[in-house]
Amino acid sequence: MRSFVEWLDTHAWSTALHESLWMYPLIESTHVLTVMLFVGMLAMVDLRLVGLAFRNVAVSHLTGRLLPWSVAGFVIMIATGVLLFYAIPVRTYESVWFRVKVVLLIAGGINAWWFHRRVQRDRTFWDNHPKPPTAVRVAGGVSLAIWAGVIVCGRMIAYNWFDCDRDPSPFVMWMAGCVVEASM
Amino acid sequence: MFETFDRLEQTWIGQTIRESLWLFPGIEAVHLLGLAMLGGSVLVVDLRLLGAGLTRATVPAVLSSARPWFLGSLVLMFSTGIPLFLSEAIKCYYNTSFWVKMSALAIGIVFTFGVRNRIAMRRDAPRWATALVGAISLMVWFTVAAAGRWIGFS
Repeated sequence: MRSFVEWLDTHAWSTALHESLWMYPLIESTHVLTVMLFVGMLAMVDLRLVGLAFRNVAVSHLTGRLLPWSVAGFVIMIATGVLLFYAIPVRTYESVWFRVKVVLLIAGGINAWWFHRRVQRDRTFWDNHPKPPTAVRVAGGVSLAIWAGVIVCGRMIAYNWFDCDRDPSPFVMWMAGCVVEASM
Repeated sequence: MFETFDRLEQTWIGQTIRESLWLFPGIEAVHLLGLAMLGGSVLVVDLRLLGAGLTRATVPAVLSSARPWFLGSLVLMFSTGIPLFLSEAIKCYYNTSFWVKMSALAIGIVFTFGVRNRIAMRRDAPRWATALVGAISLMVWFTVAAAGRWIGFS
């Protein structure tokens, strides 16, 4: 994994993107602003699942009509996110925040899978109910918490408190996978 | 005008944030959480005004349900945005993006409460009017967000 990231770092395009005057800020801004579409639409659905918004609208109507917008936002998020990683591969790979963010992304995926495969199976019973059963509300609440965590971690990647070259604590060194260079 | 910004820069709130390593990023992260919520609560209504999204619910029903979340995220945005501003008031004074954002924000608030929400609550509003209002709202709030992000680059 590390050699792959270091190989990316040798790409001329990676350096060019990182140092570009307009491309990097534009991709970064697109990544940030798409949070309104991706997390914004998802949050509306989650709030309905928890029973805090759109209580008179069927859950299936929200998932059917809002999730496609959210998925479109997610696609833009992944595309711009990959480019941002490509521009600064080694530092991002060694970022504690980035690593927590990836774990949360996976957790978000599992929660979504769980909701669509298991929780939604008996949806006909509670589709129109203003306050869905506990399992549904938990899935919605967990989703809100996970994506809030993803946003916070994503923002924090930009700060260098825990960077390997700042001699972080041994725990952070281990978390970030810092390479300790032997001194002569 | 500059003297006002200079004095705002000197407030204890601004100074505390400047002297702290964590406060600015922490407040900024919460500001971003508010952005997601604001985006969702604006989009869901504007999409409906444009004839997309929750079409099985009426426009007034969608607006009524989204409004508390819009107001809540607006409160969150102001209560985090003002401290962020106080910590770098002078930088903002010289920052074009800041002025673009503030102008768009003022337009957005007046337009949302004065025009968009009123038209949305009327059941007899013609389709072209609701669509136009939805499109303008989307553009204005997008400008607020984009200019806000750009404050950090300049």
